[in-house]
Amino acid sequence: MSQNSLIQSDRFVLTDSERSAIEHELHHYEDSRAASIGALKIVQEARGWVPDGAIAAIGELIGIPASDVEGVATFYSQIFRQPVGRHIIRVCDSMVCYIGGHESVVSSIQQQLGIGLGETSSDGRFTLLPVCCLGNCDKAPALMIDDHTFGDVQPDGVAKLLENYP
Amino acid sequence: MSHGAISSSTQRLSSFGPANSIERSPETHPLTWRLREDGAAVWLAEYQAKDGYSAARKAFSQMSQDEIVQTVKDSGLKGRGGAGFPTGVKWGLMPKDESQNIRYLLCNADEMEPNTWKDRMLMEQLPHLLIEGMLISARALKAYRGYIFLRGEYVDAATNLNRAIEEAKQAGLLGKNILGSGFDFELFVHTGAGRYICGEETALINSLEGRRANPRSKPPFPAAVGVWGKPTCVNNVETLCNVPAIVGSGVDWYKSLARPGSEDMGTKLMGFSGKVKNPGLWELPFGVPARELFEDYAGGMRDGFKLKCWQPGGAGTGFLLPEHLDASMYAAGIAKVGTRMGTGLAMAIDESVNMVGLLRNMEEFFARESCGFCTPCRDGLPWSVKILRSLEQGQGQSGDIETLEQLCNHLGPGKTFCAHAPGAIEPLGSAIKYFRHEFEAGIARPSLTLKSALPADA
Repeated sequence: MSQNSLIQSDRFVLTDSERSAIEHELHHYEDSRAASIGALKIVQEARGWVPDGAIAAIGELIGIPASDVEGVATFYSQIFRQPVGRHIIRVCDSMVCYIGGHESVVSSIQQQLGIGLGETSSDGRFTLLPVCCLGNCDKAPALMIDDHTFGDVQPDGVAKLLENYP
Repeated sequence: MSHGAISSSTQRLSSFGPANSIERSPETHPLTWRLREDGAAVWLAEYQAKDGYSAARKAFSQMSQDEIVQTVKDSGLKGRGGAGFPTGVKWGLMPKDESQNIRYLLCNADEMEPNTWKDRMLMEQLPHLLIEGMLISARALKAYRGYIFLRGEYVDAATNLNRAIEEAKQAGLLGKNILGSGFDFELFVHTGAGRYICGEETALINSLEGRRANPRSKPPFPAAVGVWGKPTCVNNVETLCNVPAIVGSGVDWYKSLARPGSEDMGTKLMGFSGKVKNPGLWELPFGVPARELFEDYAGGMRDGFKLKCWQPGGAGTGFLLPEHLDASMYAAGIAKVGTRMGTGLAMAIDESVNMVGLLRNMEEFFARESCGFCTPCRDGLPWSVKILRSLEQGQGQSGDIETLEQLCNHLGPGKTFCAHAPGAIEPLGSAIKYFRHEFEAGIARPSLTLKSALPADA
């Protein structure tokens, strides 16, 4: 059985820029398998998430079984195997942020967006995720929205923060 | 960028508390004396004006590779990632066989330990210090290629490291024939995709190879069989950042840095977080009393908050009581009072925090981040979470605390594949030891339960 028939592909094709970015990544390592995580990140950056077809396409391009690519994709928490919102909110749930009151920040976000951890708002704007210590412990509680980190976040300040991410 | 003041939630973060603003000198603060007060990155021109890469020049022109290894061995430098293994000994494990000429140096920059943000500061503000440390170390270890394994969320660190690597390449400090020595070294930043377990050195190697980050069996150690089966050395960011000063200023000076009585040499980035007046990060000599760190640097507790207990160095270290602040911050000094120094970034827990809730939060983290490879860790940690949740809700059953203690035993050192589970139960065991009554308070009283379950007129 070919790799393509193992995972149902809706004629998925990597774009030229994805393909060349992945090929560039291959030069950094002795073995092409090492580019698998980078390749998943490249696809995710372009599409927001990693569709099924990309798993087989990446496997084919770097020469490893699609099942290995899927194994990697499902292991790492920052690779998304289902569609996510336009913006990702990552709330630090380390013990320092716990002491700093992060649970009330999470509740505030959940109430405003009507979603739980791991869910996406119905308008497709935000996905809410927990994340390991963001290393801003002197400013707990901290969170990230996309690539931006914020500290000393208060439950009543959340609405204003989210406004900047339409 | 604003610094010093606590930033409001509408600002991007850039400062590291007061790390930049304490008095610093090259003689006493080898890691941080080059930091700018404004917290901006120190780029190549400024780094070189501040004596940067002079240690590398010395190492390349005046020292043999074995002399560099011996110098680091003699300095007593120990790993700064939390385990504290002697760096020179680790370096000495690399094969003597010259025909094994494909060797790797990996920098562990996967900083995800809760309450640890020291490597982020070094990489964001002093990227060239890490590059110089890796360059000298690579020369000593005969590594032709290095990777900085950086966690994906450290976006600014990635940007700054990549820019600094470009600068170093342009200046002939990375690449071919470095400083005319004939030595080649190329350096890449490899960003991760999440999962705390990647910080375990053999899991890190699997992750770099593009595999699931399950730890590997040791032996063979990475020095013998590492990345792609080749000899590999994995060192933490702060460890590597110590190397230039040791090589540049010598072993005698380095050994004079720590406070008298300390068995660990040099300085350490230490911190205090929680409800203290002045949470932050400072470079301090090993052997400094924890009380000095807590009172003089962190300013003690904020008004209205009382210290209940503290943790000396990250989630994987045990809790200590206020009287233990008399302990000195070095490995054996903290071991004397019953736990490990870990990363040296301490956390204050105030009286308003319930230990059961805190431990529930911590074990949820450890359970989520278990790689799932070995059974005690994969099944034991979620079990502890389940018990802690019910205790937190006042619905614990008699025997729950004993079950938690049993889990602490079954997940202890030597019973799991790597150090993840032993680290996870270290705080749990000590919390039960010091605050057992808080756990007991979570056990539902059978008589009350029975009474409330019965109809009112029964």
